[in-house]
Amino acid sequence: MFRNVAELIEKAKEDNIPVSEVMIRQEMEAKELSRDKVMTQMEENLTVMEEAVEEGIKGVQSHSGLTGGDAVLIQKYMKEKQPLSGDLLLDAVSKAVATNEVNAAMGRICATPTAGSAGCVPGTLFAVKDRLNASREDMLRYLFTSGAYGFVVANNASISGAAGGCQAEVGSAAGMASAAIVEMAGGTPEQTAEAMAITLKNMLGLICDPVAGLVEVPCVKRNAMGASQAIVSADMALAGVTSRIPCDEVIDAMFKVGQRMPSAFRETAEGGLAATPTGKALEKKIYGS
Amino acid sequence: MKYRSVFDIIGPVMIGPSSSHTAGAARIGRAARDLFGRTPEEIDIHFYGSFMSTFKGHGTDVAMVGGVLGYETFDDRIKTSLETAEKEGVKVVIHEEVSEPEHPNTARLRLKSGDEELELTGISIGGGKIEITELNGFPLHLTGEHPAVVLLHDDRYGAIASATAILAKEKINIGRMEVSRKAEGAQALMIIEVDQNLTDPVMEELQEADHISRAARISE
Repeated sequence: MFRNVAELIEKAKEDNIPVSEVMIRQEMEAKELSRDKVMTQMEENLTVMEEAVEEGIKGVQSHSGLTGGDAVLIQKYMKEKQPLSGDLLLDAVSKAVATNEVNAAMGRICATPTAGSAGCVPGTLFAVKDRLNASREDMLRYLFTSGAYGFVVANNASISGAAGGCQAEVGSAAGMASAAIVEMAGGTPEQTAEAMAITLKNMLGLICDPVAGLVEVPCVKRNAMGASQAIVSADMALAGVTSRIPCDEVIDAMFKVGQRMPSAFRETAEGGLAATPTGKALEKKIYGS
Repeated sequence: MKYRSVFDIIGPVMIGPSSSHTAGAARIGRAARDLFGRTPEEIDIHFYGSFMSTFKGHGTDVAMVGGVLGYETFDDRIKTSLETAEKEGVKVVIHEEVSEPEHPNTARLRLKSGDEELELTGISIGGGKIEITELNGFPLHLTGEHPAVVLLHDDRYGAIASATAILAKEKINIGRMEVSRKAEGAQALMIIEVDQNLTDPVMEELQEADHISRAARISE
């Protein structure tokens, strides 16, 4: 079992296989499953992600009324205008938003790695797949590459907002997505690690401050920005840009930042945006007290 | 290592919005149902801490009732569980408790049908993982780090053997075991932590095993 990114990359290079294949083989070995079984289970998760994106793009509304409908707005804008940031980037943003809006509306999603950060990985996947002429198998591999990096973060740091703030949730999810984009675009295993490192570096310190304690504000938009950052980092890594701080050390830094983060910024709805006058007013409106 | 599968990261498939406040709540409800054995006539839910202050927004009540109705975390029917309960004549009462719980996400459930009653306290510890901390007055010590099965059984010889024989036959390794009873010869409780999630066929076999009255699983 690989314990960190260095071991993950070494395994990939040693056997001359992509990161996704290292993850697939480890899963087969650890759970004593056939390749078919592992791929089928991931295919089921991929289908759920696909359905959530489709549903969100059609438009949903959460029970609290705090979120919903932004994916529709962005898609409409893309059709009618020329987005400044580019079609691919904004497509990823709209699909990440779509996923988290469905989540907030009690729809069905696949946690990647959590429900609150479920938008980054599928949002980017369904945006880049056409540009990269991805097959269904390539799309499954995208999820295994994401999973490999999430696996390292979960075991060495944290993927929980209550434990490590939003950097542990959207930070991890965006990093996972950027690594997967690099592999799908034909980058090397080393470049996947660079993308992960570059993304997570910019997420350090991000707090978890949900208004009224709900997985809505600012979670939906944080996933949108996470998805956009994942694409930019992937491009940087593919261009040959490297992180001066190795990926494993960035992950460790994220963990240590999380440990020293006051509890007001770890999913308690006591700090940050949740503690703003408007955040408090919304909370009062929703719970009536 | 805490996480051992890629599907801990890419997964679970669940009804939103929160792995801890929705998926975890459904799992606590489902564990209570499995131990009760069927849909009860009455569901009493006491919410504490963060569950109490945010259950409306997260649909924690909806998810927990869905679990009691037998739904899994990914079942679409969770969304309409309160309506379903009403239609089926299941009385649901929610109590908002102000006392400070040990864990922020705590719920106490009481399921009732006629004279039969089951009381369970569960906590949701993150990412959809749960722990059951009390059952019918028995304090439990489930770490939540491993899948487990909770068995209510007759306090007599052979009960433990009949459960472990099934696990041995299915090549399921036991990591930790705990047996407790309130009074000699009465109802007893067995908790077995195992290395992998238990499948439906194994659960059915355990439920029908000699001296075992109820079986519920805690999955990873």
